Amino acid sequence: MWQRLYEELADQGFMIVTVAMESRGADAARGPIRRARPTYTSLIDRDHLVADLYNMVNVPQAVWIDEEGRIVRPTETAGAAITLNLGRIRKTRKIYCDAIRDWVAKGAASEYAFSPEEARAHLPASTPEIALAHAHFHLGRELWEQGNRDEGGAFLRKAVELNPDSWNFFRQMKNLEHILGSGGPEFFRRARRYRKDGKAYYPLPDMASMDEVSG
Amino acid sequence: MTRVLSAGRSLDVEPDASRPAGELWLDAAALEEATGWHLRPEGLCEGPLCVPLPEGPRAALVDGDTVNVSGLWQHLGRPILHDASATTWMLGEAAEDRGSRLASLEAPDFTLPDIEGKLHSLSDFRGKKVFLATWASW
Repeated sequence: MWQRLYEELADQGFMIVTVAMESRGADAARGPIRRARPTYTSLIDRDHLVADLYNMVNVPQAVWIDEEGRIVRPTETAGAAITLNLGRIRKTRKIYCDAIRDWVAKGAASEYAFSPEEARAHLPASTPEIALAHAHFHLGRELWEQGNRDEGGAFLRKAVELNPDSWNFFRQMKNLEHILGSGGPEFFRRARRYRKDGKAYYPLPDMASMDEVSG
Repeated sequence: MTRVLSAGRSLDVEPDASRPAGELWLDAAALEEATGWHLRPEGLCEGPLCVPLPEGPRAALVDGDTVNVSGLWQHLGRPILHDASATTWMLGEAAEDRGSRLASLEAPDFTLPDIEGKLHSLSDFRGKKVFLATWASW
């Protein structure tokens, strides 16, 4: 998905690090990774550690990090859109990739690189429930892998309950139960309810250029 | 054997079996390896941060070279969970610690394997702009 962008920008001091949220481990990600033939860095994250550290709730989400290791855009939707309109999906993605190109070319002067104050204002909130949810998810995943599915499953369900905004927890849990479970009827019911509650499955990144695809 | 998990760590340890069920006591070396915390004369320390231990809490949390990790985590207000047999423990992080770390805007480092099992750290790419993106097969 990101290989072309990487080839284009690799010689400009730029690296892409993709992280697969895969509690089933590397084997589950091997096929897609082989097909994508990435020359950037492609990692496997069984425990969803990166989602924990960066307060992520869905895939694909992204964070922009500058040369000094500072976050210039916190967690946001990485150019994805949920619509059957292919044109709109392509457009959303192009706007997002153009924003990355602009940042790589101009650095802090790019209109897409947040100032520290703006970056802080865009951080997702850390709550005790979310912290507790990550602990439940991590322990549940471990017990599940140990073969203790009764207890593991209970901790995973508790993680989903504690952070209902985490599509990662919900879909990974369903995927552990059944390889095709993440996109079943329960997912669609949940997604419909989410939308009805006025929440976006893929909130658009806060960029003026995204106005073209919003609404 | 008991497995102790925390963000980015997993360690098999031999806890002090003489303690009551539901308490996790580790010697100072295992404590450090499992959690990054050190036992020092002034208290319990994680990097430059030390939690001073007045006599009361000290007696409940430290016994010679052995530390009551479950008590320490509760004392710090951090989530701590274990399975029914108390052979797998999860030492979580407090929401305030997660929040203040992100508010520093210093990108939290992590080390993860690629599909060949080779480990890479985010900090390996210091000096470059990094676009960090997640995905999943499911």
